[in-house]
Amino acid sequence: MLQVHQLSCMRGDRRLFADLDLTLAPGELLYVHGHNGSGKTTLLRALCGLVRAEDGYVSWHGQDIAELREDYARDLLYLGHKNGIKGDLTAVENLRVCGVLDGFPLTERAAWDALGRIGLDGHEDLEAKVLSQGQQRRVALARLLVNRAPLWILDEPFVALDVAAVALLQQVIRDHVAGGGLVVLTTHQAVELTEGTVKQLKLGWRD
Amino acid sequence: MGVFAWIVKRDLMLALRHRADLFTALFFFIIVVSLFPLGIGPEADTLRLIAPGVVWVAALLASMLALERLFAVDHADGTLEQMLLAPQPVALLVLGKIVAHWLVTGLPLVVVGPVLGLQYDLSADALGVLLISLLLGTPALSLIGAIGAALTLGLRGGGVLVSLLVLPLYIPVLIFGAGAVEAHIAGLGSDSHLYLLGAIGMVALLLAPLATAAALRVSVE
Repeated sequence: MLQVHQLSCMRGDRRLFADLDLTLAPGELLYVHGHNGSGKTTLLRALCGLVRAEDGYVSWHGQDIAELREDYARDLLYLGHKNGIKGDLTAVENLRVCGVLDGFPLTERAAWDALGRIGLDGHEDLEAKVLSQGQQRRVALARLLVNRAPLWILDEPFVALDVAAVALLQQVIRDHVAGGGLVVLTTHQAVELTEGTVKQLKLGWRD
Repeated sequence: MGVFAWIVKRDLMLALRHRADLFTALFFFIIVVSLFPLGIGPEADTLRLIAPGVVWVAALLASMLALERLFAVDHADGTLEQMLLAPQPVALLVLGKIVAHWLVTGLPLVVVGPVLGLQYDLSADALGVLLISLLLGTPALSLIGAIGAALTLGLRGGGVLVSLLVLPLYIPVLIFGAGAVEAHIAGLGSDSHLYLLGAIGMVALLLAPLATAAALRVSVE
C-alpha cells in the first residue's frame, strides 16, 4: 500500500502542491491529471524518492520510503520521460541491463520474447540509436512485461506510441492492476484504462 | 553474474563501441609527456630530473579529462535515474562504473607511462617503479575524480568546475606518485611512498563510492 502524507513540493521558489494526502491500495490505479508545469512529474519523482519533498513523506506498507530505500526500489518500477536505455546497446542488451537494475535478471531468450511481444520483431539486435522514437519507447516499455514489481510509476507512458502499442500497453496495465498491482500514471492522451478502481488526482486545478 | 559485474560489462561494451572517447585521454597523455623533451632539449640529466613530475602531472590531467563523461551520458539518457532506483546499494553500482572507467582510461596510462619514460632516459628500475606508482595511483584518481564528476553533474561549465574541485584532492597522489620515482632515482628506496600511495587508494576505495552516490542523489534531484 502506497501512502502519501501531507506532501509538499517546491520547484525553485514556486510551490507546486502542498498538503497532499492519498492512499493507493493493491489493485488500484492512480491517474494524475494536470496542465503542463502543474507538478505531475515532480509528484511522480517524489513518489519514487528521486526528489526530496519540502514537507511530508511517502510510505510504502507503512514505512517511510527514505528509510526503506533499496527495499522500496525492489518493489518499484519507474519509467520517466527519459527512456533509460543506451543508444549504443542493442534492444536485447538494453532490456537485460534494465532487468538487472530492476532486480529481475532475465535470460537472453526471455529478453527476445518480451521484445517480440511488444512489437519489436526483427529489431531485437539493432542498436537502440537506429530505432525510431516510438520503438525506443517500446524497448523501455518491454520492462513492464518482464518485471514483477508490484508498484509501477509511469510518467507519460503513451508518448510516441502508435495505436497498436497504446492498446497493448493499456492491456498490460489492466492486467497488472487486475493482478493486484498498483499503478500511478500521468498522460495527456485520453485513454481507457481499467474497469477496476481508478483514482483521479488533479493537480494545479483552479476553479 | 552480479549487478556489479553487469555494470562493469555494460560500461566496457559502451566504451568499445565509442572508441573515440577511449583514445582521447590516452593521446592527450602521450602528447603532453612527449612535448617536454622536445621543448627542453636533449639534456639527459635535466630530463631524468623532471621525468617523474611530468609523467605524473600529465596522468593527472589526462584522467581528469575523461571524468566529464563518467556520469554525463547516463544522466542525459535516464539510465542514471534507473541506477538510483535499483534494489542494490547505489555505491556498489557507482563502484562498478568507476572500475570500468579506470580500465578504459586509467589502465592504458599505466601501460604507456613507462614507455614514455624512455624518452627521459630513466633506468629500467626507475621505469618499474613508475609503473607500480601509476598502477597504485591511477585507481585513486578515478575514485576521487568520480566525486567531482557527480557533484558537477548537469551544471553549466562543469568541466572547469571539476578541475577546480578535483585537482586539489589529487595533490597527495601526485606527491607520493612522483615522489616514489624520485626517491628511487635518488637511491632512497621507493617503498614508503608506494605504501602511502596504496593507503590513499584504500581510503578512496572506501569513501569515494559512498560520497559519489550521495552526490548523485543531490545532482539528479
